Amino acid sequence: MIKIKDLQAGIEGKDILRGINLEINSGEVHAIMGPNGSGKSTLSSIIAGREDYEISSGSIDFEGEDLMDLSPEDRAHKGIFLSFQYPVEIPGVTVSNFIKTAINESRKGRGEEPMGAREMLAMMREKTALLEMDKSYLSRSLNEGFSGGEKKRNEIFQMAMLQPKLAILDETDSGLDIDALRIVANGVNKLRSKNNAVLVITHYQRLLDYIEPDFVHVLYNGKIVKSGDKSLALELEAKGYDWIKAENV
Amino acid sequence: MTDLAQDLLSSFVIAEAELNGSKNLAVVNMRKEALDRFEALGFPTTREEEWKYTNLKPVLNRDYKIMLKSESAVSFGDIKQYLLSDLDTYKLIFINGKYSSWLSESTHQSYDICTFAAALNKYPEILSKFLGKAAPSGETFVDLNTAFADDGAYIRVKANQTVDKPIEIIYLTTEENGSTFSQARNLIVVEQNAEVQIVERHQNLGEHASFTNFVSEVFAARDARVSYYKVQNDSTKASLVDNTHVRQESNSNVHVGTYTFGGKLVRNNLHFYSGGERTESHMDGITIIGEGQTVDHHTLVDHQEPNCYSRELYKGIYLDKSHGVFNGKVLVRQKAQKTNAFQQNDNILLSDKAKVDTKPQLEIFADDVKCSHGCTIGQLDKNALFYLRSRGIPKREAEGLMTYAFASDALEYVTIPQLEKRLNRVIADKLGINLEFAL
Repeated sequence: MIKIKDLQAGIEGKDILRGINLEINSGEVHAIMGPNGSGKSTLSSIIAGREDYEISSGSIDFEGEDLMDLSPEDRAHKGIFLSFQYPVEIPGVTVSNFIKTAINESRKGRGEEPMGAREMLAMMREKTALLEMDKSYLSRSLNEGFSGGEKKRNEIFQMAMLQPKLAILDETDSGLDIDALRIVANGVNKLRSKNNAVLVITHYQRLLDYIEPDFVHVLYNGKIVKSGDKSLALELEAKGYDWIKAENV
Repeated sequence: MTDLAQDLLSSFVIAEAELNGSKNLAVVNMRKEALDRFEALGFPTTREEEWKYTNLKPVLNRDYKIMLKSESAVSFGDIKQYLLSDLDTYKLIFINGKYSSWLSESTHQSYDICTFAAALNKYPEILSKFLGKAAPSGETFVDLNTAFADDGAYIRVKANQTVDKPIEIIYLTTEENGSTFSQARNLIVVEQNAEVQIVERHQNLGEHASFTNFVSEVFAARDARVSYYKVQNDSTKASLVDNTHVRQESNSNVHVGTYTFGGKLVRNNLHFYSGGERTESHMDGITIIGEGQTVDHHTLVDHQEPNCYSRELYKGIYLDKSHGVFNGKVLVRQKAQKTNAFQQNDNILLSDKAKVDTKPQLEIFADDVKCSHGCTIGQLDKNALFYLRSRGIPKREAEGLMTYAFASDALEYVTIPQLEKRLNRVIADKLGINLEFAL
């Protein structure tokens, strides 16, 4: 589904990613772990199309198409979704109006007809129930005054509504208590299918107890220094990141 | 090029005898004194602190026809788009300074909703009590208006009456023979525990430039409630100096909303005088302007009595080469303990060529008060833009959605749903976006 080759990127002259290679296929769940400052969020932002980074070399192919020159909205239309570590508050725009706009702009971008009001409403009902959200969420201003947990749940709600092919969850577990974590993870698991893929970016192993990865990669200093199955996450949890750091001095 | 001030002074000699109310000695004297003050003061220049950022010279330096009323045939179809649709209202429509009785809908039933000209003749006792008592003499545009104005809206709501539907006041210019200088005047008296909603606009339908020097005096007696909305979406040939002065007695609640999208140069002098305890004064403003437009909001809240509340929220969105000015002054006099005054002015510049001058001023002479003020000038938040785009919303729509969201909290206090909807549509139109999400 997505092939990242030798991706090198930085911001304001500072190198952050130093040659990332990663391939994710349909139906797979990958986890990227790593200490703070290793480049995890940079990688997810670049896949989603954030324009602040200078990309000095490498390529990102999504379903055989080069993503590099595409805008964030074009990437979204093709099925890439980023759940933000810090979702932005937008006062004055309700969750329901926002998601309606997002869905119909995405459909327009793909040359499809807009979704009918009845279908939209039914889908919103179903997805709020999936994430155990009260329907009053829908009429609140987007993320305004939401608790950390509510913001993250709202991200997964958007993912459920937009039904992306590749969902990148950037530190979705941060700020979640154990109940919220279970609900969010359960939501993500229900959305998994053989036609989509999930990239989980996390600092801790905790989330991976709920969303089981097929592959775990360790990102350190802008490079993937180790890959393995889910047992790697447990090893990291036990030994800490110093073990990786010591190996990669 | 002739000197406009000189033209005005010399035309007064001829105009005076023809003005409505020329039989009323008190009014005649008031006009003469006002003209003398105008002669001494002249038009303001950028050397004066209150006009530092707004240069009137380019709009004053032209040959204006000092408009005395002229006939013009205007049909309902011509003005329909300026009225609120789906809403029954009283209407006071003026065309080239002349009241159009057949386009208007006035009343004398439980309240007087008619013309200033009629009031000059019919209600001398009300006039002597209120005329010129809110708008201060010694302000050059007020004085000039006092000297010349002889028509406009007259609204008097007697005690304990609630006007059963909103009042729309529209001043139209249709002059086809050159530029016009016009001066209308409102007198709005809302008595004890009475209530009224007013929507007002000025509209130049002609091909030539127009300059309007407008004065509106509002008196809110004890427990009165007034909602007064100004929709400023005139053509870019039109300039306006709006002088609105509100005098409040105890427990009254007055809201003035100023929504500015059009005009070449618009200056709003909006003054509140809080002369009783526990008054509430609300001011909201949304400004969205573009190429070659200037909008200058000058507000004053004068807290004279204790336990009063004022709230002021002005939002500005500036595109292309436009210029905005905000100067908000809050004066808390020594006696006005427990005043709670809030003021906020936020601006977004959507172009490198746009410019904003903002100046909040607090003068506080009481020691037990709560006053806050703030102003911001910025661009759209890049993180928020990326967030919206990553959800599939194209850049232009995302920018529109964010600017809309930025402006929309200044609509919170609009009490006429049809007006709110109309303003939403104008905002969407100005920002070039599809506004499905807001309706």
